[in-house]
Amino acid sequence: MKPIVPDDVEPSSSESSARFSYSAIELPSLVATAFLLVWDIAVRFSGSDLFPKPIEVLWGLVELARKGLLVKYVVASLFRVTWGFTLAVVVGIPFGLLLGSNRLAQTAFNPLIQGFRPISPIAWIPVAILWFGVSDAAPVFLIFLASVFPITVSTAAAVKSVQSVYLRAADNFGLTRMQLFRRVIFPASLPQIITGLRIGLGIAWLVVVAAEMIAVNSGLGYLIIDARNAGKRYDLVVAGMVLIGVIGWVLDVLMRQIERFPSVKWAYGTTHD
Amino acid sequence: MIDAPAKSRGAGFYPARNPMKPGLVENLPHVRLDFGRNMIEQPASPVRTPRSEPPAVQVRDVWMLFPGRHGGRDIPVLERINVEVQSGEFVCIVGPSGCGKTTLLNIIAGFLKASRGEVLVEGQPVHGPDPRRIVIFQEGSVFPWLNVRTNVGFGLSDKSAAEREQIVQHYIHMVGLTGFESAYLRQLSGGMRQRVEIARALAANPEVLYMDEPFGALDYFTRFKMRADLIRIWQQERKTILFVTHDIDEAIQLADRVVVLGQRPSTIQLISPVELPRPRDLNSPMYLEIRDRILDALGMSLRGVVGGNGIGRSAGVGDVNIGS
Repeated sequence: MKPIVPDDVEPSSSESSARFSYSAIELPSLVATAFLLVWDIAVRFSGSDLFPKPIEVLWGLVELARKGLLVKYVVASLFRVTWGFTLAVVVGIPFGLLLGSNRLAQTAFNPLIQGFRPISPIAWIPVAILWFGVSDAAPVFLIFLASVFPITVSTAAAVKSVQSVYLRAADNFGLTRMQLFRRVIFPASLPQIITGLRIGLGIAWLVVVAAEMIAVNSGLGYLIIDARNAGKRYDLVVAGMVLIGVIGWVLDVLMRQIERFPSVKWAYGTTHD
Repeated sequence: MIDAPAKSRGAGFYPARNPMKPGLVENLPHVRLDFGRNMIEQPASPVRTPRSEPPAVQVRDVWMLFPGRHGGRDIPVLERINVEVQSGEFVCIVGPSGCGKTTLLNIIAGFLKASRGEVLVEGQPVHGPDPRRIVIFQEGSVFPWLNVRTNVGFGLSDKSAAEREQIVQHYIHMVGLTGFESAYLRQLSGGMRQRVEIARALAANPEVLYMDEPFGALDYFTRFKMRADLIRIWQQERKTILFVTHDIDEAIQLADRVVVLGQRPSTIQLISPVELPRPRDLNSPMYLEIRDRILDALGMSLRGVVGGNGIGRSAGVGDVNIGS
């Protein structure tokens, strides 16, 4: 007897690759080139001595690379973000899981969290310096503070929005409380937790620059403030800004790679790039 | 109060459950649909031998009230429900939308507690859901973060990897999803998703399957094919099935007995055995007679619905849905 193949067996959808046509490269390149051109012309017209033309920013980057500062500062900033963000993940995800699954914990902690959340991490800088002095610990603390709230809040929201039919099915299969958490609640919440991580990392990268301007003497934030104070080197200021932008972009692209895993991809729309 | 007639034909007279054997699927006659003859060809009905165990599922005088909103009066949903399902029997509960069928199934499965009355499984009162009785949900509960293989193996975590793999393969084959083991939910059509759900339930080796309008969201042809496959699987597996639907034709095509619920607050209007031999001829006078009897019990009639000359009656396979 041949195997039974039902009529309805037919994959319902597959990702189209037609979207990635040549215009996806050419069009943005065109816009970016136009932007650089406008920038260059505007600086020439204004006759500014201080604000650099794009080409001067490029030479600024080359100069930083020659002096060995480029790698040193990028590594310093990434090091602080890595520590602060990792701490936020380690604290935020378990805390969020607790808040999302336990009504009592939610009621108890929610006002405190909502009260802390609107305080800009920048406002914490004096406190961080008081507690940690001028050291790596101060920016790490600030980055932790900045990213722990979005991670906690989105994890709690993810747990609360797990569809009840999954919980009932799990209940039907006789899962214990612990198994339910590990095999259903966590994987069901994971896509939204990852979104929280992306937001958290984005904020961490914003905050590291601000923290380094005040609390330490290395890193990309320090580069910007130092270049301005030590001789109005605006070519280096803008070079620092370019580095921040590019690295932040790369970090987000890396985070998005996690969303491609089949065990989380189900929750995201297909129009994702 | 109408009670389930466990009479003459003695629904549920089955031999002991067959142990699962590899090759079981291959040895069974093929299932074929023939729309031209309005016929579902299926393996011949299993041999029935008398037995004397308690009914697999007993619903005893179940009442359900939902608390009224804003302190209003309680809303009665179910009244005096008495049903007995014999081991190995296929029973359909049919009724208009919103009549409380899903509520009744949730009570029977142990997800809800009845306001009054009790549910017994093999003589023991039900206090909650149990892996020996798996529910197949209307809205679909296949886990999107697992693929077909890991979904089907979800209830088998206490088995060894090799044993699990063997069971999983067996049921994936049985529901016709061989080749789709690594596919995820989003890559599957509606019918395939329900097949995964059925395979996952069967793999856990339950004694009873509770099915809550499992084919409700599928198109006409897929639904038809799913019914034929469900009957084949039921005959292979000897599970007791309690199947909720609002589709009278679906109920008559599938069930040994049809339990008819009325409008809310629902009481049982009729329990009708379907003594049509399988494969069932959907044009046989008996089929139409049973359908008329169920419609009459619901205070509806197809006679005169279309043009007033009985066209509706001869609609053959046509789906007659009451409510919407």
